[in-house]
Amino acid sequence: MLALALPLLALLLLFLGSLALGKFPVSPHDLLAVLWSKLTGAPSGVSAAVETVVWQIRLPRIAAAVLVGAALAAAGSTYQGLFRNPLVSPDILGVAAGAGLGAVVGIFFSLSAVGVQALAFLGGIGAVLAVYLTGAAMRGRDPILVLVLAGVAMGTLLGAAISLVKVLADPYNQLPAITFWLLGSLTAITLPDLRAVLPAVLIGLVPLYLLRWRMNLMTLGDEEARALGVETRMLRILFIAAATLMTSAAVSVSGIIGWIGLIIPHAARLIAGPEFSRLLPAAMLLGAGYLLAVDTLARTMAEIEVPIGILTAFIGAPFFLWLLATARRGWQ
Amino acid sequence: MTLSAEHLDFGYRGRSVGSGVSIDIRSGEVLCLLGPNGGGKTTLMKTLLGLLPALAGRVLLDGEDIVHMRRKRLARIVGYVPQAHLAFFPFAVLDIVLMGRSAHIPLFGAPSQADRAVAERALGRLGIAHLKTRVYTEISGGERQLVMIARALAQEPRILIMDEPTASLDFGNQLRVLNQIAALARAGIAVVFSTHDPDHVFLCGDRVALLHDGRMEEIGPPEAIITAASLKRLYGVDVQVVELPDHETRTCVPSVHGLRRRGEGLPAP
Repeated sequence: MLALALPLLALLLLFLGSLALGKFPVSPHDLLAVLWSKLTGAPSGVSAAVETVVWQIRLPRIAAAVLVGAALAAAGSTYQGLFRNPLVSPDILGVAAGAGLGAVVGIFFSLSAVGVQALAFLGGIGAVLAVYLTGAAMRGRDPILVLVLAGVAMGTLLGAAISLVKVLADPYNQLPAITFWLLGSLTAITLPDLRAVLPAVLIGLVPLYLLRWRMNLMTLGDEEARALGVETRMLRILFIAAATLMTSAAVSVSGIIGWIGLIIPHAARLIAGPEFSRLLPAAMLLGAGYLLAVDTLARTMAEIEVPIGILTAFIGAPFFLWLLATARRGWQ
Repeated sequence: MTLSAEHLDFGYRGRSVGSGVSIDIRSGEVLCLLGPNGGGKTTLMKTLLGLLPALAGRVLLDGEDIVHMRRKRLARIVGYVPQAHLAFFPFAVLDIVLMGRSAHIPLFGAPSQADRAVAERALGRLGIAHLKTRVYTEISGGERQLVMIARALAQEPRILIMDEPTASLDFGNQLRVLNQIAALARAGIAVVFSTHDPDHVFLCGDRVALLHDGRMEEIGPPEAIITAASLKRLYGVDVQVVELPDHETRTCVPSVHGLRRRGEGLPAP
């Protein structure tokens, strides 16, 4: 229980801190007054500007960070278990590259923000579908290995397509937007955006939650799981579909945010163990807290907004190396 | 409960490993598979378990082709002990054994108190109850092998197929596992296990099948099948099969000619 209580407490503190911090600082007293008035309906007695900053500007962004972080961490935990590999992240089957291409094409054709998001979402799902169908066509070999290798090839192919669009894009209007999107940012997120992606994330979470104990068996590998009575093919499709849905939905609003789906499952395994019904909630809490902390840092540390992908890599990569060097060899 | 193979060809797609194997496995019997490396023992077992599709012929469980059975139903009847290996994640031993209950737990369910009791009984039966909170990746190879057996027992199968269950065990644990195998057979379970040690066949096998180059050469009681001649044919080495003075047990003794140099090379007194 402690394994969940501490991350939950940390997330709560981060939530309050993130509401207060920023270009327009809100004092703890004002923040409490605003929150209290929301709960009780009593007038808060603080200026309307403070109310606007807290509810209209910061809250949607905080909610987005929590949602995207939790979704990426859940998807990462699922993929790592499914592919029995601790180096796997949610983009293993080409989700990120597919979503990236969708978004970049959307920006290239100057679509609206909603259009870009929709293309990113469809691109992510389309890439994974293509990888899965390719893998399924090569029957009779280790299904997991085939999927991973097909995913690597697809990722490279889509990466080349992204580069091509970047070369063709208008360097003054489109290229900065493309670069910013590919590095991830929560700057432009609005409440309607969140309402659009929340159902996809929740739908993806349902099978993960219902099958949380079965997931453990998938980590034993295809043959052993089948010998223990698991219909692995059906479960694999379900898990991949769920994780892909969550990742695509998250990436479609946030852009590509690397490292969370890779390192957060490791951190969660350290505190909650590998058993998936305990791992999943811990990973989601940690992922939410981590992205919220990073996003708060991204919008407060400098005069300009720092793309999140840069920060998650700067923090994530050393953390990963530290894990590699010091943690008991948990994944072996 | 009878598991039988009829004219079974087995192997991987595009690569046949063995052919023409017909075999019956009956309740309460211990059947050993003996044969050199690469003889097809593991592949045959995986085919009997339905993990690999038969290239030709059929595997029948009480007359029903296992191709048409769902994995869950099959897993309630046939258990599998793979060769001990490393898990990818540091599960607690009890969590690993609980996974053996999977065929008894609904799709969206998790292990109940009753499932835990079964898992703990399986650990106790193998004398490793003290390992239950240990981390599977941090125990010894022999302990891991015992955990794999406990997991298969938690499955409560009627037929147990074990791939070299004694391979990574020390001398004491080997005998403990062989004792368990004999006890399981007495309880009415059919046990199939592969081994590299003919002595293990003498100790607890009711029948033995010799598997060589993917063909089943002979099958029958150990005393009739395991002879100096058959071992020479199987492994290409000279062995004497000796009956112990109790007239009950036989053992294989390699011909030591040229192996041990009695007295030679020792420092002079």
